[in-house]
Amino acid sequence: MNSTEAIFNGLKDSGIDFIVSVPCVNLTELLNLINNDDEITHIPVTREEEGIGILAGAYLAGKKVAILMQNSGLGNCINALKSLTELYEMPLVMIMSHRGTEGEGICGQVPMGKSTTEILTACNYTYFKPTTPEEAYENVKNAWKTSLEEKLPISILLEIKYW
Amino acid sequence: MQRRDAIENIIKNIDDELVICNIGFPSRELYDIKDRDENFYMIGSMGLVSSIALGLAISKPDKKIVIIDGDGAFLMNLGSIATIFSQHPDNLVWIVINNEAYGSTGNQETYAKNLDLKEIAKGVGFENSYNLEDIDFKDVLNKNELTFINYNVKAGNSKAPIIPFTPIQIKNRFMDVIK
Repeated sequence: MNSTEAIFNGLKDSGIDFIVSVPCVNLTELLNLINNDDEITHIPVTREEEGIGILAGAYLAGKKVAILMQNSGLGNCINALKSLTELYEMPLVMIMSHRGTEGEGICGQVPMGKSTTEILTACNYTYFKPTTPEEAYENVKNAWKTSLEEKLPISILLEIKYW
Repeated sequence: MQRRDAIENIIKNIDDELVICNIGFPSRELYDIKDRDENFYMIGSMGLVSSIALGLAISKPDKKIVIIDGDGAFLMNLGSIATIFSQHPDNLVWIVINNEAYGSTGNQETYAKNLDLKEIAKGVGFENSYNLEDIDFKDVLNKNELTFINYNVKAGNSKAPIIPFTPIQIKNRFMDVIK
């Protein structure tokens, strides 16, 4: 089980069947696996906030939902997470490529990368930072259930060194 | 004609369609005109009404979904029109009530006064994009095709009350009725 398969298997084994995404280069293989899976509906979106809205609608229809994005996208969807997902107590799994972390080659990623966990903490949202595929599989597999229990979005942050 | 009259006209013509309604006075007026379990009222997240409806339309292809959007909210989430057109659910009717104003915040002007929303949708590729005054609304509603409708009205809010339900109540009864 490599780093990508761990995330994919975790999503599958938790029953996630509806995903929206804005890509990251580190999510390329994962997005390919999801596109080739007949049980998962995958909707690419123009902006992460739009994706949070789409997932709310899919959840109302009974889907188990997740968003795949860069941590930069977290900044694009804070209000939707608060005044839609959290307000209506809709479960949500957020799989984030955490850029701007150790090994980052693009300076533009660094400021948001540094603030990402603090933003999640300020939101009172639980996050996990797995360092091995085994850990990532467990974190992702349990995320939907945890989100249902906490009535809040759950984040999995995948730092550059994870891949 | 103001927004409330437009919502009354929409509701008069719908049957068991699911209605996803924009935040603020649009939802309050819809609640006041005809509260029903098939209404989903937005309490926050301005701009996302069409996105919520898209997720629902894709997940429930056997249900007809009607969006009550506004011009300010439409412009706030303009990328949604690219996604909705590309996904092309044929069970979605997207109505933008266009009063050229941010109605719920005091009727400040939007840029919609400089734009033709019907032509924007056409330009994106919508085969069915209309101004409401040019169509038989009931006929259009009964077709099973992705549709965009610009509904021109004057700015102004009615005295609709605050919706007395919690967000959880709105969610639960909506989910129960579409199970």
